[in-house]
Amino acid sequence: MSARDVHGVEPPWGDAFSVIGKPHRKVDGLAKATGQALYADDLTLPGMLHAKTLRSPHAHARIVSVDTSRAEALEGVHGVITGADLPTPYGVIPWTPDEHALAVDRVRFVGDEVAAVAAVDEDTALAALELIDVTYEPLHAFLDPHEAAERGEPAIHPARKKGNVSKHVELEFGDVEAALADADVVVEGDYFFHGTTHAPIEPHCALARYSADGLLTVWSSTQITHYVHRTLSAVLGLPAPRIRVVQPCLGGAFGGKSDPFSFELCAAKLAMLTGRPVKMLWTREEVFYAHRGRHPMHMHYRTGADASGRLRGVDARILIDGGAYSSFGLVTTYYSGQLLTGPYDFPSYRFDSTRVFTNKPPCGPKRGHGSVQPRFAFEVQLDELAERVGLDGIEIRRVNFQGSDTATVNGQRITSNGFAECLDAVERASGWKDRHGKLPLGRGLGVAGSMYITGTNYPVYPNEMPQAGIQLKVDRSGLVTCFTGGNDIGQGSNSVVAYLVAEELGMDHRDVRVVAADTDLCPVDLGAYSSRVTFMVGNAAIDAARKLRGAIVGAVAGEWAVPAERVRMVGGAVLDLGDPERALTTAEAFQLAEARLDTLGSTGSYNTPPLGGDYRGGSIGASPAYSFTAHVVEAEVDVETGRITVSDAWIAHDCGRALNPMLVAGQMEGSAYMGMAEALLEHHEVNRFGLHAGPSLLDYRIPTSVDTPELHALIVESLDPEGPYGAKEAGEGPLHPAIPAISNAVFDAVGIRLRHLPFTPAKVLAALAERAPSAAGSGS
Amino acid sequence: MGERSTFLLNGEEVVREGDPMARLLDVLREQRRLTGTKEGCGEGECGSCTVLLDGEVVCSCLVPIVQVDGREVRTVEGLAGDEAHAALSSLLVREGGVQCGACTPGVVVTLRALLERDPRPTRARVREALAGNLCRCTGYEGILRAVAALVGRKERP
Repeated sequence: MSARDVHGVEPPWGDAFSVIGKPHRKVDGLAKATGQALYADDLTLPGMLHAKTLRSPHAHARIVSVDTSRAEALEGVHGVITGADLPTPYGVIPWTPDEHALAVDRVRFVGDEVAAVAAVDEDTALAALELIDVTYEPLHAFLDPHEAAERGEPAIHPARKKGNVSKHVELEFGDVEAALADADVVVEGDYFFHGTTHAPIEPHCALARYSADGLLTVWSSTQITHYVHRTLSAVLGLPAPRIRVVQPCLGGAFGGKSDPFSFELCAAKLAMLTGRPVKMLWTREEVFYAHRGRHPMHMHYRTGADASGRLRGVDARILIDGGAYSSFGLVTTYYSGQLLTGPYDFPSYRFDSTRVFTNKPPCGPKRGHGSVQPRFAFEVQLDELAERVGLDGIEIRRVNFQGSDTATVNGQRITSNGFAECLDAVERASGWKDRHGKLPLGRGLGVAGSMYITGTNYPVYPNEMPQAGIQLKVDRSGLVTCFTGGNDIGQGSNSVVAYLVAEELGMDHRDVRVVAADTDLCPVDLGAYSSRVTFMVGNAAIDAARKLRGAIVGAVAGEWAVPAERVRMVGGAVLDLGDPERALTTAEAFQLAEARLDTLGSTGSYNTPPLGGDYRGGSIGASPAYSFTAHVVEAEVDVETGRITVSDAWIAHDCGRALNPMLVAGQMEGSAYMGMAEALLEHHEVNRFGLHAGPSLLDYRIPTSVDTPELHALIVESLDPEGPYGAKEAGEGPLHPAIPAISNAVFDAVGIRLRHLPFTPAKVLAALAERAPSAAGSGS
Repeated sequence: MGERSTFLLNGEEVVREGDPMARLLDVLREQRRLTGTKEGCGEGECGSCTVLLDGEVVCSCLVPIVQVDGREVRTVEGLAGDEAHAALSSLLVREGGVQCGACTPGVVVTLRALLERDPRPTRARVREALAGNLCRCTGYEGILRAVAALVGRKERP
């Protein structure tokens, strides 16, 4: 990290902010609300073909033969490809390249891609798929991760040497056994987090064009343009400078559009083979197969505390069901342990996490990657501990609060930390003191907390270059255009860039245009994942804007023959603080500076400081800043039907400085909604044949407006010393506590502990039945 | 094949020949290039392809074009020109009701139909009306705030 990476939390001109902190409209909002915004599937090109994919009907099988001759002969078919056409393996993590655009010799889940066809229209392409003859030799399918952990044959990935184990991480900090032996209270239990998926409203889609001069352009609904660019080059064998990747407007992602996918590679390959533009749009069913959603985790936790409730040690053993491919699984396995060590202080901690392959749709990063599941287990266990030591759920979290400017047991640096204020906020807003433990039977309040990373200093491929880059271009009319590789996936990152640059240059943010996520036009950014964009792209934007500001102010000061300190850019003008009569418009100042200096522009970048523990994997989960969240939810349990209804969720989130409180609140509300849905409604699973249990939005129940509770967003601002004006993330952290808070509210409501997700009526009724005899027996 | 259907699309008469079972959604997007109507699921679950058919909210992915013959279709583009749209869309953006935007055109169409029938809907009534439009980003709060703001403004003297 150099000086350029830290810009301070204060307004750039010393006074109040003029753009930052205000609920400005998103730059692309009206285009979206009028149907003008163009998403990948809205693009068409002359002569465009449509492509479809043939998928495996088997959970695990060897491909004996593939015969495409009948499909190729069908009228209207222009190209058919199989694994033999794209034999180079790839994977988003360069250490685990175990995917193919189309299966080469083996299929690993029902829905795995086998062949692709480009034809004049989708109906013809679908008809051609029926004419592809594939002979399979079925293999034993692993659907239970326990079996996959114990049994290495048949190996799902025979090239790997560790049976069906995808990744194993075991780390210990301090002496956990001694700590637990000394503890006054130890709570031990098993917890299960089921599979859930992202279900963005826009299905994945790519349009590829291969021009006569050998340039490939791929418009894709990706949230990481840069990795798609690299993967296209590697798999197609085309030099990266011959490839341009563009992300059009994106209709939601949540982590589900982070991996490079088959549809991008196949559309590109088919465009190269046919010489015509090729579009591939996945159906909703295919989006479910592509998955990369939340990993199911079987978790065993032991947590010890002294009689006052102070934590002594935490011991976790986690079996992670990875599905068919690695995806981000190496990182997931680390995150399952590394991200638990706040906002509470643990003197000792151990985790032993094993990710295994199974013959199911591959899991990957979903909002709160790798840490939502352990957080659920731990926050429920913490509530059990509170009960044992006689503390209130909020009190035990206060007692163990780690504070700011500290280090975690696993060596992560904590700077700003507003978790205590988050607890205060949800306590106050929910009426906790007057209502917790005092509501009528069947109604309860539950609390939970969490922390999350604001980006990570672990780049997916090792390199010394900036993690975020930005370029500013000045127009004589008074317009500034920002070129950023950052991906706006609906969260509003393009708007944030506009606000930051406008603030620095004293301009109206509507005079700042953002061009994003186009590899030909924009400097590299590592994309929209791990909640890194506002922090990293934001710092890069301030860096670039300050350089540009310095040039313009210097030129104007030179013209006026005054010290640069007297020249200020504010309110769309450039003023002389020493002479109220002297002023220029921004456009005049740009012209003056261009005349005195040169064509105007600047670049900016951001890199994380060295972070993380001094051990293998110590940088995975190391973040320049952590966000903190507390939730209180109010739940009602119908003891007759077992149905849980959440009426209200109070969400307090420490986002550092809220650059736009309306956008921050939107992330908090959307996160809480998504977490609630995972607890009560959604379940991504396969049946005993490995067939997806319900790959549709009818069967996979994402909440409607009537299923969604009242969401109360309470923004807490602990200014972060390294964030852009003090900002941290808001997009993923606020999801975590939603799920354990519901379990804890159910305990307050009816006295049962729900440790296995999802919280179905059947599980509630079973837990109530189990509790009933002992409750009767106690005679109280 | 080759069956003819005639309908009013955003106020303009359209005569179409072709497969009578073609989905209205495909006719709008591919033949009329009205891409504001989005396809999210193709099976009537998500509501992102919502249009008005004789003023009724329908999922255009479930409507064969033959059923549209002699009727009136309004899409988000057809609604987008008037003052009511300017007020609603501006508030949706101001209140955070628009994130990724994939559901937004459908939400706009549904809300317009609601507001035409009930200019001052309660929060519960808005939730009920939106139950066929899945939004994956906002938790619906921003959309509900936008309608509340719209209604609140109308309620002021």
